[in-house]
Amino acid sequence: MQSNSLTETMHHAEADSNDVFGFWLYILTDCILFATLFATYLVLNYSNPMQSIQLKQYADLHDVLTETFLLLASNFTFCLSILNIYQKKVLKTQFWLILTFILGAGFIFMEVSEFIHFAQEGFRWDVIAHASSFFTLVGTHGLHVSFGLLWILTMIIQLPFIKAQHIAIRRMTYLGLFWNFLDIVWIFVFTIVYLLGAI
Amino acid sequence: MISHLLFGNLTLDAIPFHSGIIMGAFAFMMLATFAILFVITYYRKWSYIWYEWVCSVDHKKIGIMYLILGSVMFLRGISDMVLMRAQQAIAAGQYHGYLPADHFDQIFTAHGVIMIFFVAMPFMFGLMNVAIPLQIGARDVAYPYLNSLSFWLTFVGAMICNASLVIGDFAATGWLAYPPLSETYYSPTVGVDYYIMSLQIAGVGTLLAGINFIVTILKMRCPGMTPMKMPIFVWSVLCSMILVVLAFPVLTVTLALLALDRYLGMHFFTDFAGGNVMMYINLIWVWGHPEVYILILPAFGIFSEIVATFSQKTLFGYTTMVWAIGVITFLSFVVWLHHFFTMGAGADVNTFFGIATMVIAIPTGVKIFNWLFTMYKGRIRLTTPMLWVTAFFTTFALGGMTGVMMAIPPVDFQVHNSVFLVAHFHNVIIGGVLFGYFAGFIYWFPKAFGFKLDEKWGKAAFVLWVLGFYVAFMPLYVVGLEGFMRRNDHYSNYYFQPYLIVAALGGGLILLGILCQGIQLIVSFTNRELLRDHTGDPWDGRTLEWSLASPAPLYNFAVIPKVETLDALWAYKQEHLGESIAHLKPQHYAPIHLPKNTPAGCIIAIFAGILGFALVWHMLIPALIGFLGIIGSVIIKSFYFDPEYELDEATIKKTELAHFKEIAECKAIR
Repeated sequence: MQSNSLTETMHHAEADSNDVFGFWLYILTDCILFATLFATYLVLNYSNPMQSIQLKQYADLHDVLTETFLLLASNFTFCLSILNIYQKKVLKTQFWLILTFILGAGFIFMEVSEFIHFAQEGFRWDVIAHASSFFTLVGTHGLHVSFGLLWILTMIIQLPFIKAQHIAIRRMTYLGLFWNFLDIVWIFVFTIVYLLGAI
Repeated sequence: MISHLLFGNLTLDAIPFHSGIIMGAFAFMMLATFAILFVITYYRKWSYIWYEWVCSVDHKKIGIMYLILGSVMFLRGISDMVLMRAQQAIAAGQYHGYLPADHFDQIFTAHGVIMIFFVAMPFMFGLMNVAIPLQIGARDVAYPYLNSLSFWLTFVGAMICNASLVIGDFAATGWLAYPPLSETYYSPTVGVDYYIMSLQIAGVGTLLAGINFIVTILKMRCPGMTPMKMPIFVWSVLCSMILVVLAFPVLTVTLALLALDRYLGMHFFTDFAGGNVMMYINLIWVWGHPEVYILILPAFGIFSEIVATFSQKTLFGYTTMVWAIGVITFLSFVVWLHHFFTMGAGADVNTFFGIATMVIAIPTGVKIFNWLFTMYKGRIRLTTPMLWVTAFFTTFALGGMTGVMMAIPPVDFQVHNSVFLVAHFHNVIIGGVLFGYFAGFIYWFPKAFGFKLDEKWGKAAFVLWVLGFYVAFMPLYVVGLEGFMRRNDHYSNYYFQPYLIVAALGGGLILLGILCQGIQLIVSFTNRELLRDHTGDPWDGRTLEWSLASPAPLYNFAVIPKVETLDALWAYKQEHLGESIAHLKPQHYAPIHLPKNTPAGCIIAIFAGILGFALVWHMLIPALIGFLGIIGSVIIKSFYFDPEYELDEATIKKTELAHFKEIAECKAIR
């Protein structure tokens, strides 16, 4: 019987490591997706025919910095939640996940209000290609974060129902990879779009 | 207001009642559908279809469903071919043929899209699903449920493409929908939207399948099967799937940007407001060129398996073969610009891409010689799969040579967008991809269905196909060199007409070939008891899939095999030559974990289909239903925590013993 449960555990461990490898591959495809969007942004930014409409006339770098810190902080709180799941502390995990959710939602809120502000000021996606590519690149990241928020919410509700510890850890690992990846993408957005574009 | 939210721009006017051809096709499709539904209902097979097929996560069944999808769509793609060849044969000078220009444009677009996305890709994934897990000694793919989702997404993409035939219209832009023609200003109808939605949905399915097979091949091989002991088909699929994972996100982005242009008035590819048309052409070919190799690499793998099996020799130069596949995989990413040398990128850029393109001929040549040397002094059996391989050698080499011709930029400037190019890529895609998949289909058919295909009709189909191909496409090389451009619905110079009539006759021969293939399937099915594969090894095979019963049991391998050499089964058979089969029987059996069936893949794909169709027609409420439906079903699925069940020992033992008994009886009769 004991050897049975041992093979069971080994079976799970092997299956989980395969699954996480597959998720890494998914992250790779997402990397290529963002790389394509960055390339598009750079091409259209470089060949902007209307110098009068540029991101730097509209962007407020202070707001962007706040957004950045919100996202980085959410990353930190997520790491705390994943530490807790390893110790089977579901309640604490949920607590840190809720905090992550609030920080992420703050980021999305700021981004959406920034977009609305831009559109009202005349920096609209249907005016010029440069703006189209800005909204698409940053918007795609925002969309990813929004899906991440939905995922976190599902996870908060789901955690108490997961009986098998290894499933909880595997799912939190997926979410963690996704959330950290979005952070890294944001660093590139911050540098390439905002810093290079707005200074 | 409400009706607009529900139906968007869709009205009854969208159905082209005035077009006899479309209505005829519609009536035929409806008849076929109703006939199938009637048969299922009559024989009370609905629950069987639902539980055993729709919900199935078994790679063998999903593979068969992919093959059926590919075959059905193949018939549609071929009807497009017939329409185009007939039109070009008669539309010379004062005669304008029977197709209006706009309809002709839709037909050549649909032909390209269907043949690549909904024939070649499903066929490839079908053969992969049937063979790969069995070849590497695995019980299933890494993510069985994702596999089912991939299939259903591909299916739904194909159905959206089919819907465009009757409801509204399809893109009239060519199979890659170049802007600015595909922008709203020049293509205001829903055609391009259909194109975008069907490819996006099918594309997501393909991407997921790509990830799935990479993990399967890298992580789930049986003990002892080191990378250099994998069957060559596994190698080719691994490289092809790496290309899928690297290239398909680019397609997703490109089509999404085109959709943003069309739906939100953005300016990525417009010819004003800073848009950049050539960026689309570059992006689509950054995906499009690897796509060609995604299709051909598995075909190369199939040829390698078949050549080795039917020459009864180990593949010549296995290591060089692997390296050749690897080099092709890499090079396929640095040649995309040869599709548009005429862009005007300058001599330096064109030279680089021209040379890179020519370099691809080297690893490909290595492969051709490896196959020839495998046949050299082999005990060759000319069965139908092997016949397709021999036809492939000459046809593909010829197509490759015209490819190298066009890799020279000055030559390309002369024949750019002429039917010379059309002849070239049909030469490599039919001669390489299609012949390969046909060969693979006949080769693995017994493994999937349990009986062999009829040889006589197979050979008739082979002769007609190969002959038809040369009669249809050689004239196109000639008129292409003479300056006949592609995608013409009409031409004024009568000089071209005899050639195009010959090409149409070639199309007719191909059609007869397909007829023979249909008859072959029917004849084989009626004679299935005679053609039954009792041993599970009908071809005297070399790789692990032939060590199992045909069709393979639910769990594939009762005991996971251990592999020590390349061509493991062949080595094993040599070692135990002339012995009884008793040594095959394992000492004891253990229970096996298997994935539970689930309808989730099908349900999510249906919601994706609703979302796609609703977006085509700008229907707000159905779009929301589709979108929320996808998210809702994914979340609900995530609450099922135990996707596996255990198959007990007794069942496995019973199945295996029955198989051994069958082998023994078969040997006794011999």
